[in-house]
Amino acid sequence: MTSDVMGASIKRVEDPRFITGKGRYLDDIKLAGMTYMSILRSPYAHANIRSIDTSKAGAMPGVVLVLTGADIPYNPLPMAWPAGGSSGVVNNINMPRVLATEGVKWTGEGVAAVIAETAAQAVDALDAIVVDWEPLPVVVDAEKATQAGAPQLHENAPNNVVFNWTVGDKAGTDAAVDAAEVVVRQRVVNQRLIPNPMEVRGDIGVFNPGTDEYTIWMSSQTPHIQRLLLAAFVMGIPETKIRCISPDVGGAFGSKIFCYADMALCLFASKALNGRPVKWVETRRENYQSTIHGRDHITYLEIAGTRQGEITGLRVKTFANLGGRLSTIGPGIPTTLYGRVLSGCYKIPNVYCEVTGVYTNTTFVDAYRGAGRPEAAYVIERAMDLFADEIGLDPAEIRRRNFIAPDAFPYDNPSGLGTAVNGEKIYIDSGNYEPAMDLALKTVGYASLDKAKTDARARGKYLGLGLSTYIEVCGVAPSKWIGAVGEGWGAAMWESANLKVHLTGKVVLTMGTQPQGQGHETTYSQIIASELGLPMEDVIVQHSDTQGTPFGYGSYGSRTSSVGGTAAVKAAGKVREKARQYAAHMLEASVDDIEVVGAEYRVKGSPEKKKTLQEIAFALDLGFSLPAGMEPYLDETAYYDTPNCTWPFGTHIAIVEIDEETGKVDLVRYVAVDDVGKKINPMIVDGQLHGGIAQGVGQALWEGAVYSDEGQLLSGSMLDYALPRASWFPNFELGETVTPSPVNPLGVKGVGEAGAIASTAAVANAVMDALSPFGIRHLDMPYTAPKVWRAMHDKEARS
Amino acid sequence: MIPAAFDYARPADLDEALKLLAGSAGEAKLLAGGQSLLPLMRLRLASPGKLIDIGRIAELRAIRDLGGGATAIGALATYRDVLDSALAIGNHPILALAIPGIGDVQVRNRGTLGGAVAHADPASDMPAILLALDASLAIRSGSGERVVPAEAFFIGAFSTDLAEDEILTEIRIPATPAGAGMAYQAIEQPASGYSMVGVAAVVGRSGGSIDHARIAVSGVGEIAYRATAVEGALLGSDGGPAAVAAAAEHASDGQTVAADFNASAEYRAAMAVVHTRRAIEAAFAAIR
Repeated sequence: MTSDVMGASIKRVEDPRFITGKGRYLDDIKLAGMTYMSILRSPYAHANIRSIDTSKAGAMPGVVLVLTGADIPYNPLPMAWPAGGSSGVVNNINMPRVLATEGVKWTGEGVAAVIAETAAQAVDALDAIVVDWEPLPVVVDAEKATQAGAPQLHENAPNNVVFNWTVGDKAGTDAAVDAAEVVVRQRVVNQRLIPNPMEVRGDIGVFNPGTDEYTIWMSSQTPHIQRLLLAAFVMGIPETKIRCISPDVGGAFGSKIFCYADMALCLFASKALNGRPVKWVETRRENYQSTIHGRDHITYLEIAGTRQGEITGLRVKTFANLGGRLSTIGPGIPTTLYGRVLSGCYKIPNVYCEVTGVYTNTTFVDAYRGAGRPEAAYVIERAMDLFADEIGLDPAEIRRRNFIAPDAFPYDNPSGLGTAVNGEKIYIDSGNYEPAMDLALKTVGYASLDKAKTDARARGKYLGLGLSTYIEVCGVAPSKWIGAVGEGWGAAMWESANLKVHLTGKVVLTMGTQPQGQGHETTYSQIIASELGLPMEDVIVQHSDTQGTPFGYGSYGSRTSSVGGTAAVKAAGKVREKARQYAAHMLEASVDDIEVVGAEYRVKGSPEKKKTLQEIAFALDLGFSLPAGMEPYLDETAYYDTPNCTWPFGTHIAIVEIDEETGKVDLVRYVAVDDVGKKINPMIVDGQLHGGIAQGVGQALWEGAVYSDEGQLLSGSMLDYALPRASWFPNFELGETVTPSPVNPLGVKGVGEAGAIASTAAVANAVMDALSPFGIRHLDMPYTAPKVWRAMHDKEARS
Repeated sequence: MIPAAFDYARPADLDEALKLLAGSAGEAKLLAGGQSLLPLMRLRLASPGKLIDIGRIAELRAIRDLGGGATAIGALATYRDVLDSALAIGNHPILALAIPGIGDVQVRNRGTLGGAVAHADPASDMPAILLALDASLAIRSGSGERVVPAEAFFIGAFSTDLAEDEILTEIRIPATPAGAGMAYQAIEQPASGYSMVGVAAVVGRSGGSIDHARIAVSGVGEIAYRATAVEGALLGSDGGPAAVAAAAEHASDGQTVAADFNASAEYRAAMAVVHTRRAIEAAFAAIR
């Protein structure tokens, strides 16, 4: 339709309220009679609970209710995604508890809750709860947890194994590795990360004793999914009895996808209090201990090939630390979303991956920006560099020699994407990797790299350049694949959109997706304004409330533009078609003679005979004159389940300099060429890339969740967990290639995760390149100054 | 992140503050800018029974000219006040080099020099700077004023010479010897922004040899300290690169070097050497 708004860098319509402090976040909401909850959390990483005495706490000033696990009617929280599901993989499942009863499995697990008239009274009363603990031996490392003699967390999980999941052709890969001219092996650790949204999580639960209905406000990416999970798996009531509302959400990065104990507690507590609202907002310290963590893989990789640089096999064994119990979709992340995309953008004929999911005495691990795909990109991109180094080939050249060729699409990936329920293939549908890499190399001045290194040495610096030619599976996605039991999380993955043209001609788009800062109100408005030929300000976008929005699976996995956006396009198409039919009625013309030009519906050949969408909406709303069989009102709902995922790709290049005396690593340049398909709003795309790149660089250089051997989270606050700061980054040099996605009419692919997937490996490869004069082949992240300095000074610290 | 309950008093002037302090026998903490104490209270790592908020006592915020290049900085002067003081920065340019690296804008707007000094965090930048500047600390109690050299003031980690009934009122910095240069070099722990190692150097040269050297180090030992072995090696030397490098090797002599999961003792000791050398070289370069 009209193109003046599509593809334009329009300023975000939600930003005036956000940047002037007028956003309405969970903690801004205050309800009459509201009470406040605080949760007592385990100081031990592994302990039995002999007894809990809450009598003193119950008598503290202002306390209206104290809950322990014994008060919870149904204590386990749902875990929706067993690895491999019903496809023969055994999952030794231990679900999280609303409040732990017999024992705790990590420091910070909730054991009791106090509800009081004020937040301060609730916190004060926690100190009066007496728990008789029996501390138990602790294990925090996933590989050690599987070894003989390790402390055992759960009776049903011998050696703390959750599952052993495999993908690919074992015999073929073993043969390829055995026969290869060159095999490079490396143990790599993808360290645990803490998501850190600006707004921490929180809930307000309200029970209505008149209707037996619950309402819960939550800082969540997935209000509809939470309604389903809370109703069916926690409260044991129909979905119709729960309403979930996510107000403005201040960041999430995956950590707000899941069903958490506090949600259930607020609902149970409000019911026990006969409907008084119960608010809980976590502290940053609780966020660090009790909201999910990400990553935490220990991987043994083997990459095999010829001396000329043709990769013939990739064999990977990964220990995935899933924490003390399983978060909502924890097992799915290091399996389906990791193992199945390990070979990246390379045509590797033999791939085999084995993943062991492991329980440890740590916070549960689930999806964090990129979710499995950054871990996969890190493994393959490090492997490519290690192999190139081994055979003395340029890192760009080895990539060039192994890229999936542009004429090889659709490409059926050997690590087994093609296993949808009904036999339909999930395949990599498009890509053209070499032009993106060439553009990035040209931008960065790859030919003069050696001179740059020499110049840096004169300044006491070691300069290094790192490539990451990533591929991403986005727009998750087809229900038949990611939703399927045995592969996905056992539900669906479509999206919905409702579009109403009100009597005044103003348009309301209501979505089942849920923004967390991405600018959905802007991009959806652009889509609808374009589709209907209206000014953007005539389009209002609503979301966030299960009462009033059509069902949706929420926003994560870079899926909103490709799946939700397509649902919006379809709804607009339905509106346009009905408007066209009604225009024919109004203009006394044949429907086939009505052409749509922007918001005008004209009789072909007689452009003066026309009706605007507003005129049509007005008349249709009044409904005084309707053709036979036509219903009044312009109100259409569309659902969309994409036939395939989308496949963004690109090349990121990082240049770092390492101070020879201190080991401090500075990121001095960053070039990113991304192909995310068509862009609805290039400014928002750039913003997503900037944030994603920074987040991924954060993992490479600074971030890391560190547990002591006793299971205490040493990096338990921002004083010890190093979040990136804007001043630590150079300006990002962004470029693009545009290969529209063939699977959706917008041609979009999604960009929420691309930066984070690509940048970690790019920086890691740059640091290793800079350290190559020291004979250092690999170091595990984060590359802090002390760690790099030690490696430079101590040959034994090198692998 | 809610502190335990506490009593609160906001005296109008220093005398009232001293009376309140004397009357609350050890249970009270003084609240100045609150940039260290309040986070500790919010985490309930500190739970004082009473806070005496001296933050608005104007008489403790002044920056005075003591003449001849010496300055008195009121204990309640904020980092921002000091950066904005042409007098303080002109007399002691190291303050302008170090303070912008402390905390963030909000911390520098609220945090006070006196508060940082009285808190005596081993990773704090100010103690080393005051040691290198040969500063003294004016302390008041009901029985009058006493003045303590910075070297005698810092006793250990989070421990100072201040008695329970005393208030730090002023930081007095003498004139730097004519022709001396000064510099501050630090490497930060990226999460907290605190210095893993910070080195303040004030050096002067006369003729062909070094005749003034005060070098102080924070983040490395239990508390900021003067690196007297470095000073000794520098004094009388030619101050050339070899002499500076050799002197810097003594940066952590005699110290029990701190270690935590962010940085080992080995790394801190090595960085003390590197940053001592860099600070001395930068201080020489700053000699006008």
